[in-house]
Amino acid sequence: MNIASVEPYVTEDGRTIGGVLMELKHITLRFGGVVAIKDISFDIREGEIRAIIGPNGAGKSSMLNVISGFYTPSEGEVWFEGRKRPQMRPYQVAQQGIARTFQNIALFSGMSTLDNIMTGRITRMKSGLFSQAMWWGKAQREESEHRAAVEKIIDFLEIQHIRKTPVGRLPYGLQKRVELGRALAAEPRLLLLDEPMAGMNVEEKEDMSRFILDVNDEFGTTIVLIEHDMGVVMDLSDRVVVMDYGKKIGDGPPDEVRANPEVIAAYLGVSHD
Amino acid sequence: MFYREAGDFKTSYVDDSQTFPIRFDRYRYYAVLMVAFAVIPFFVDSYWANAILVPFLIYAIAAIGLNILTGYCGQVSLGTGGFMAVGAYSCYKLMTAFPDVSIILHVIAAGFITAAVGVLFGLPSLRIKGFYLAVATLAAQFFLVWLFNKVPWFYNYSASGQISAPERTVFGIAVTGPNTEAWAKYLVCLLFVMVLAWVARNLTRGTIGRSWMAIRDMDIAAEIIGVNPLKAKLTAFAVSSFYIGIAGALFFAVYLGAVEVGEAFGIQKSFLILFMVIIGGLGSIFGSFAGAAFLVLLPVLLKNVLVGTLGWPTDLAAHIELMIVGALIIVFLIAEPHGLAQLWRIGKEKLRLWPFPH
Repeated sequence: MNIASVEPYVTEDGRTIGGVLMELKHITLRFGGVVAIKDISFDIREGEIRAIIGPNGAGKSSMLNVISGFYTPSEGEVWFEGRKRPQMRPYQVAQQGIARTFQNIALFSGMSTLDNIMTGRITRMKSGLFSQAMWWGKAQREESEHRAAVEKIIDFLEIQHIRKTPVGRLPYGLQKRVELGRALAAEPRLLLLDEPMAGMNVEEKEDMSRFILDVNDEFGTTIVLIEHDMGVVMDLSDRVVVMDYGKKIGDGPPDEVRANPEVIAAYLGVSHD
Repeated sequence: MFYREAGDFKTSYVDDSQTFPIRFDRYRYYAVLMVAFAVIPFFVDSYWANAILVPFLIYAIAAIGLNILTGYCGQVSLGTGGFMAVGAYSCYKLMTAFPDVSIILHVIAAGFITAAVGVLFGLPSLRIKGFYLAVATLAAQFFLVWLFNKVPWFYNYSASGQISAPERTVFGIAVTGPNTEAWAKYLVCLLFVMVLAWVARNLTRGTIGRSWMAIRDMDIAAEIIGVNPLKAKLTAFAVSSFYIGIAGALFFAVYLGAVEVGEAFGIQKSFLILFMVIIGGLGSIFGSFAGAAFLVLLPVLLKNVLVGTLGWPTDLAAHIELMIVGALIIVFLIAEPHGLAQLWRIGKEKLRLWPFPH
């Protein structure tokens, strides 16, 4: 497989990887004197699962925050769907079809599972204040349509039994699943997952891996994934970006990255003799 | 036994998202409406209307308004009294400027004017949160009261500085002014309460309500999944102020009849309504009613017990009453920090299983 080419190709398991969906060009992110990301470039192709790995503090989450519009890069450009993205507020980025989950669960704890996932569809809801106030016509019709779509996601994630439970009361693993559901509800083109398996046991990790693969396979969603569990990363992803101290030290298919001496050095340390 | 979901199957999403999904609740709600509209007006006397029912209904509107802002959208406001004053004074100006237009329209217009003022004072919420926002709204409270005292145009240059409501009729029946019957006052307020509570329920269960609650629970995550914080916060301020403005207009025109701004809409009023919302339950429409009822009824009840039954002197009773109300609020908040609405919810959960708890 040739990474440099942007021709669509078919993976071993039969998924089609298309052209470039997002390209990050020479991204640098500074907070005062601290440089969190140093001149990083990589691309994300349509339909692929792209992992970002690296030791703690390498700048992975900052990179995700740049993609989701929460941080504006100090230098560099973000190209999405072939166009340079102007400076945007995060909710405008969401409207473009980019959804994400968070490292520390960021659900709306006072709301039910159903309401949380319904909120994920907010970028698709158009009815006005007065129609909603009367609960008549467009507002009610829209509510039912979106409820149907949300129910599909609830079925997909197998969380029917907690539909009306306030999410604050749910155990950790289920909260992670609801958060994935909220991101999926937007039917995003690009889904960003920040450590979806942190703090899970083996069984929960297997469930989550299956959901990630199914999302990619069934909905054709492009996924960017930060994860520390190397086994999971190597099994799930098509290509891996490796970061260390804000720099990119490796980029390629899992096997290639695993063999990269710089990556091994970053993870295991290197002897100075 | 009768209070259960079993056997009551929902076959559409519209059915599933209705306000009272349990049949018994629905009938109870209709029964309450029936009594409120068809029975009470025939029996209500001036004491009941003026001491209990009318203030309860008006405070319920104000409490729903503040609950939308604080309970649903998480923006603390101490400007409620000031916004009620905006409602009252705009209603007064409209009543005197356009005497031929219906008072009902004036009250609604006063709500819209207050909504605009509320949005203006809500702008700082885009930058500041929590206690700092509370202080900013406190500034609104003092500024608005000062403004209505200072600028004679607002009280039509009257010598006393007060505003008093001229007589206005609806279908030939006086609803403002000194000749108003108790039942007319009651019915006008009830009508507003019913429609506004229904609208509040609709708003809070739909898209806009979810975006308010998302901002309340986790504003950064809300913005990243696509909630426009500017829109969510400002609509919360607008809708909330609309309700509070209507409450202020009714408080002045229907309930008191004559108003001096510092007395009727001072900072005490802001706190009173905030207490109603906290005691009733943040983020609950029912809680707004419960909180309003609690704080309207409690002083009346205590007064009757202390002066009427125990025969204490009135001045002593008045002081003791304040202390008891304060102490009860504290005890209550320690026992159930989520308010009366939570007690109600727990009661309903229990009732669903009764009489077989396992």
